[in-house]
Amino acid sequence: MVLVLAIGDLHIPHRAPDLPPKFKSMLVPGKIQHIICTGNLCIKEVHDYLKSLRPGLHITRGEYDEDARYPETKTLTIGQFKLGLCHGHQYMPIRSHFQECQTLLCESHAPVPWGDLDSLAMLQRQLDVDILVSGHTRQFKAYKHEGGVVINPGSATGAYSSITYDVDPSFVLMDIDGLRVVVYVYELIDGEVKVDKIDFKKMIATATQ
Amino acid sequence: MISDGIEDEEKWLAAAIAGLQQNAFYMHRALDSNNLRDALKYSAQMLSELRTSRLSPHKYYELYMRAFDELRKLEMFFKEEARRGCSIIDLYELVQHAGNILPRLYLLCTVGSVYIKSKEAPAKDILKDLVEMCRGIQHPVRGLFLRSYLSQISRDKLPDIGSEYEGDADTVMDAVEFVLQNFTEMNKLWVRMQYQGPSREKERREKERSELRDLVGKNLHVLSQVEGVDLDMYRDTVLPRVLEQVVNCKDDLAQYYLMDCIIQVFPDEYHLQTLETLLGACPLLQPSVDIKTVLSRLMERLSNYAASSAEVLPEFLQVEAFAKLNNAIGKVIEAQVDMPIAGAVTLYSSLLTFTLHVHPDRLDYVDQILGACVKKLSGKGKLDDSKATKQIVALLSAPLEKYNDIETVLKLSNYPCAMEHLDNGTNKVMAGVIIESIMKNRTRISTADKVEALFELIKGLIKDLDVDLHDEVDEEDFKEEQNSVARLIQMLYNDDPEEMLKIVCTVRKHILAGGPKRLPFTVPPLIFNALKLVRRLQGQEENAAGKEGVATPKKIFQLLNQTIEALAIVPVPELSLRLYLECAEAANDSDLEPVAYEFFTQAYILYEEEISDSRAQVTAIHLIIGTLQRMHVFGVENRDTLTHKATGYSAKLLKKPDQCRAVYACSHLFWVDDNDNIKDGERVLLCLKRALRIANAAQQMATAARGSSKLVVLFIEILSKYLYFFEKGNSEITVAAIQGLIELITTEMQSDNMTSDPAADAFLASTLRYIQFQKQKGGAMGEKYEPIKA
Repeated sequence: MVLVLAIGDLHIPHRAPDLPPKFKSMLVPGKIQHIICTGNLCIKEVHDYLKSLRPGLHITRGEYDEDARYPETKTLTIGQFKLGLCHGHQYMPIRSHFQECQTLLCESHAPVPWGDLDSLAMLQRQLDVDILVSGHTRQFKAYKHEGGVVINPGSATGAYSSITYDVDPSFVLMDIDGLRVVVYVYELIDGEVKVDKIDFKKMIATATQ
Repeated sequence: MISDGIEDEEKWLAAAIAGLQQNAFYMHRALDSNNLRDALKYSAQMLSELRTSRLSPHKYYELYMRAFDELRKLEMFFKEEARRGCSIIDLYELVQHAGNILPRLYLLCTVGSVYIKSKEAPAKDILKDLVEMCRGIQHPVRGLFLRSYLSQISRDKLPDIGSEYEGDADTVMDAVEFVLQNFTEMNKLWVRMQYQGPSREKERREKERSELRDLVGKNLHVLSQVEGVDLDMYRDTVLPRVLEQVVNCKDDLAQYYLMDCIIQVFPDEYHLQTLETLLGACPLLQPSVDIKTVLSRLMERLSNYAASSAEVLPEFLQVEAFAKLNNAIGKVIEAQVDMPIAGAVTLYSSLLTFTLHVHPDRLDYVDQILGACVKKLSGKGKLDDSKATKQIVALLSAPLEKYNDIETVLKLSNYPCAMEHLDNGTNKVMAGVIIESIMKNRTRISTADKVEALFELIKGLIKDLDVDLHDEVDEEDFKEEQNSVARLIQMLYNDDPEEMLKIVCTVRKHILAGGPKRLPFTVPPLIFNALKLVRRLQGQEENAAGKEGVATPKKIFQLLNQTIEALAIVPVPELSLRLYLECAEAANDSDLEPVAYEFFTQAYILYEEEISDSRAQVTAIHLIIGTLQRMHVFGVENRDTLTHKATGYSAKLLKKPDQCRAVYACSHLFWVDDNDNIKDGERVLLCLKRALRIANAAQQMATAARGSSKLVVLFIEILSKYLYFFEKGNSEITVAAIQGLIELITTEMQSDNMTSDPAADAFLASTLRYIQFQKQKGGAMGEKYEPIKA
């Protein structure tokens, strides 16, 4: 069992003063084995904060990150899963809020029209990963796609976005255990932390191919 | 010389102890055989050793303690004698036959103790007699120890209330009178001690004198223990008499010590009720007395007293403690012209602590103290005295800590003036403390006036205070400071759009004065703060339209345009371009086509003129395409212009693979899935074909230059785009074209000059798997995919 924190689009201090205190008190060192951050931290202080939670930190670059050394994409393997990471601002098309998003999570394997999914699905195929984590749009999303998962942990600070209105702060914890991953979404809605849980099993077929 | 002196002293002490022990031995023998005459003789001889003038107080004390122990045995003997029927009055007479005055008085005190216990005479008479007789010793050290002995033996025999020695004739007044008199005499001796001996040894003597202070202070301690000294007695008798002695002795060491002693030994509520008297003495003390420490301790005690229980607070109000302290401090500072600034500020700082404890609701008091401090500092400019600086920081930090609310602190009109006196470095630190307090308490600053006041307060961080001064500022520190300002800007908020606009304007005014180094830190938070406001206005546009002086998105966008321009001039083109695009998208959401077009134009100009780094260009062009793709506000003409430009930029990137990716990304500018007006299949295909040509060229170039290439991945990416538009129903994208592309890729990957590329293999495999997946799914999509052979 491995706990992976997925977090991104903090935009500190451009759009938010800090992480919500309720999140800060939940995120304590020692419990999390990996942190993957989709980018837009934006400053070193935030980097150092994340590092204090877990020194092994995987970050991709958002367009506002001052640190130019973060890569555009990154892949890593945790247990049986191959994870891909990218911020997402580079991938077209990205839907704006006017184009309603239909399904957060689809149980069937049919691709559902979801604005940025098509481009991210392409990236997922390109990186050849089971789980693709990306950011940018500020909306938490988890979508099963061709036996893989695309996850957007949203913005941990609920930062202003030109794409999405009324952003609630959110982050994601993934519990990876064998071929199973449980995705916990933590959202701060009206001052209360709400947790959702989504299960996902990796299909052996894709694993062996 | 000095070491000799110490050795000599050791010898003298040893000799004195030997003499004392020898006589004590004979005294014991006499006591054992009930020989009163011999006992008196040897005890007097023993006590003669205390007549020495050669010992330092420290050594003298050692000798005294030995004599004291022996006298206890003698006292026991006198008690026995009295019990056996020997007249205590006779005994009291008898001991006065001793030849030397010092032994005689020690013996007299010892018998006196037994005499009081016998109650054969009123305690007050005996005490009075003893305290008067002790005047016979005027040598300071000998006199102090003798009177200390008197104090010691009489402590449990004072006619205090509830004591067995209280009677018709003996009242607590007599007890107090006795202690006061002994105290007065002891203090005189103590003060006079400094004049004994050559003036070159003054320093050493003052040190010795300081060691003896507790002998004098002990009397005050005794007074504080007397049951009968209630508030009335303390106010009417004890305090005035003690203060009279303190003031009149005109000795700074004694004055400082005794004032502190009074404050420490008597109860807080007494101090509170006699504040005027106690404080009244302060300006009368010698100018060299460290009165600020005394007063600070008093205020500290009173602060703690106030903090101990809410019940005592009314007392403070009743006696107008604040006014009295404030007044006293003013007088002291006025009287002691030479008091260093740090001292004065310390006093104000203590008073402030007191006020915050006792009168947390009286902001006017707090401001008054700050004002008095500012007045004292006026004309002094920036302080370079680290002690004073530290005290001002304490003075300024106290209200922040107490109120946890910057809005309260902002009401203090003298607060910024006091801050002015901090040097630039400390000023910045203090500004940091203020911001930290705001962040910690998550305080929202909700009006433009308050923002104005706050920015005035932290101006050390907002702009360069000293134009000439090019301090070597540590870059990390500077970043941290400016980031804290950026965080602060997030805390400025009002629900009312009008007020919020005022806040935005105020912040803008201040940060634009910050100079090019600060703008990259401060402009983005301002822009996003303003964009949040724009978004709030979107819902209520109709109502506000037409009214003058009302916050409208249009007006805000004008401000933002100018603000980003200032940032662009710095120059920080990459950040500015991003902000222009954010604004363009916000203008899009507000349906302001000309504004959005203007922002795009500005972004394009920056791209063309300022962004030359090829990597920065790639990121910028993707951001441009991404934003433009989401814009729905543009009419055909504007959209064409912007799209055309973006496509042009894409094709001119330096590296072929970057060109290729940007060009195929441009295909999305011609086909927006849920906008039927933007579905130009032909131009999508043109983009993709162009991307293919570039990919081809890129591969040929790479093969020519390096003999191999890993660029087949570009073709697979383009294939993905073909599939995307194919699925979306772009009729220009045919099965044949897709089929052709798959074959091209397969051939390429099997060709000899291709080194194997596992990443490309995996990408192709997963893409083909995807096609298979779509086929199997059935339905319309399955049918569409059916003819494709993977």
